[in-house]
Amino acid sequence: MTTVIENDQKSGRLEVGTPLLEVKDLHVEFHTRDGVAKAVNGVNYSVAAGETLAVLGESGSGKSVTAQTIMGILDMPPGKVTQGEILYRGQDMLKMGNEERRKIRGQKIAMIFQDALSSLNPVLSVGYQLGEMFRVHQGASKKEAKEKAIELMDRVRIPAARQRVGDYPHQFSGGMRQRIMIAMALSLEPDLIIADEPTTALDVTVQAQVMDLLAELQAEYNMGLILITHDLGVVADVADKIAVMYAGRIVETAPVHELYANPAHPYTKGLLRSIPRLDQKGQELYAIKGLPPNLLKVPTGCAFNPRCDVATDLCRTETPELHHVTDKDGKELTGRRSACHLWKETLHG
Amino acid sequence: MGRFVARRLLQMIPVFLGTTALIFYMVHALPGDPVAAMWGDKAPDPVQLAALRHQMGFDKPLVQQYLDYMGNLLTGDFGTTLAGRPVLDVITEALPVTVRLALLAFTIEIVLGVSIGLFAGLRRGKAFDKGTLVMTLLLISIPVPVLGFIFQTIFADNLKWVTPTVQDSNDITQLMLPAIVLGSLSLAYVARLTRTSIAENIKADYVRTAVAKGLPRRKVIGTHLLRNSMIPVVTFLGTDLGALMGGAIVTEGIFNVKGVGNALFHAINLKEGSTVSGFVAFLVLVYLAAGLIVDLLYAVLDPRIRYA
Repeated sequence: MTTVIENDQKSGRLEVGTPLLEVKDLHVEFHTRDGVAKAVNGVNYSVAAGETLAVLGESGSGKSVTAQTIMGILDMPPGKVTQGEILYRGQDMLKMGNEERRKIRGQKIAMIFQDALSSLNPVLSVGYQLGEMFRVHQGASKKEAKEKAIELMDRVRIPAARQRVGDYPHQFSGGMRQRIMIAMALSLEPDLIIADEPTTALDVTVQAQVMDLLAELQAEYNMGLILITHDLGVVADVADKIAVMYAGRIVETAPVHELYANPAHPYTKGLLRSIPRLDQKGQELYAIKGLPPNLLKVPTGCAFNPRCDVATDLCRTETPELHHVTDKDGKELTGRRSACHLWKETLHG
Repeated sequence: MGRFVARRLLQMIPVFLGTTALIFYMVHALPGDPVAAMWGDKAPDPVQLAALRHQMGFDKPLVQQYLDYMGNLLTGDFGTTLAGRPVLDVITEALPVTVRLALLAFTIEIVLGVSIGLFAGLRRGKAFDKGTLVMTLLLISIPVPVLGFIFQTIFADNLKWVTPTVQDSNDITQLMLPAIVLGSLSLAYVARLTRTSIAENIKADYVRTAVAKGLPRRKVIGTHLLRNSMIPVVTFLGTDLGALMGGAIVTEGIFNVKGVGNALFHAINLKEGSTVSGFVAFLVLVYLAAGLIVDLLYAVLDPRIRYA
């Protein structure tokens, strides 16, 4: 296992398309006082080098829990992985020892969190927090670590990096803090970055800058990127493919533009319809009726059926598989899947 | 920063004057006449009494007495006890003993308190944590004299490890038992404060980040968690150091330690205004200095705190 990683380290940049991560049939539960909350119920997705997967979903859809499970930072207990595999370059990380997993974290798979202010340690300088990556993982000296921290801050375009390396997180603006988080994730040139709502806490203008930076750096290193978001606008520009999650399941996957153009699941359709559009000015904005399900009591059948406009009796009794999707002529659409009994009607109707 | 320290030092002046004046007045207000008490059970001779009172300045108005006292203090003259001994001698004799006792107790409460609190906080809800909560609650509930007697019974009478009371107040090993008793209450508070703080901060986002960075657990806890969790503990420790320096009257009494507490108690009994004031003046300074050090330590622990 270790030899595989070392070999890769020597070969430098990643080859585009190298499979990096594969999540297979992942189930995660939380044991709470009120019962068992099934947060993730059989999620499958994969990311290759140079590819961006956007995971889209409402709060509580299980998108962050999946990411935290991949990182190995899920609080266990109350969280518990009950089934499934997370393969990093073919190796199941769930079967690895703590030390082996720790060496992957930060070095091979890094994470960017939503709120950079609370995610950075308030009492340590950003230079220290950046440099720590090199000191811990590469045994760099204090001085080397500081130089590398400055270099990183330059790379994410923080002005006057050398002067600011000793500053503390509260002395930076929100956008700059998120840049520091990105720099930190990037520091050891990992294979894969998981960004959990990286722009949610930022102004719209800063959002665009941060997303552009992330996309640019990803392209430079050919990293894989998992972008977790509930913002359809953020996704459109940067993602290659999208996985839409609902109640701990993936309900639709598709290449990004196909999903926008022609969704194959009523939930996705509803999400797209609820985006405000200029040409609909003055009209009432569509909203999906109802609320996301209580994870302690997910509805039987398709979890979306109580909110769905087209639900049938079948939807209320039988949980739909993630079907392969075909075009009108019956030809399979690559990369497209939908967990809806009525995908045909949704897609072609 | 420099301005902050300067201002804090200037603030000490009115605090110092206020506390000493208050103590001076309170000692004066105690019932009984210290000069008449020198005759013991016999009736004092009025002429001699008046002469002594005049000689000691007790016939002057209280305000005048205070001003005289403060004036002398400025020249380093702490006055004399009723028996004629310079008060400064009494202080310099008792102080090293108390400093030793206090630092010993302080070390015990920091080292044990923080480690116990850390482990309990990391294992919140587990057996060790519950045990800690029960033990600390016990320590907090037991009055110091009772705890002192329990320790004397166990370690001196039964185990015979030490003598029940301190024979030589300058011997550190003999001060161990009183230091443990003295530090036990604060130890319980430190352990609880640390535990709560750790249990709270371990859920913080930056701790999650530290884990996600692939740092070893030792570093996550030592560098990221512990430092953030120490802020409330340091606040408590700062005020506690001041309290330990002056507040060991009971413990010093139980174990016969010839420290500040003992001397102060003795002086209060004899209504020796100048001795009591001298000690209190000194303790006020210690307390204020400890407070200042704590405030400065905040900035070291938490860069978000600024001094202006």
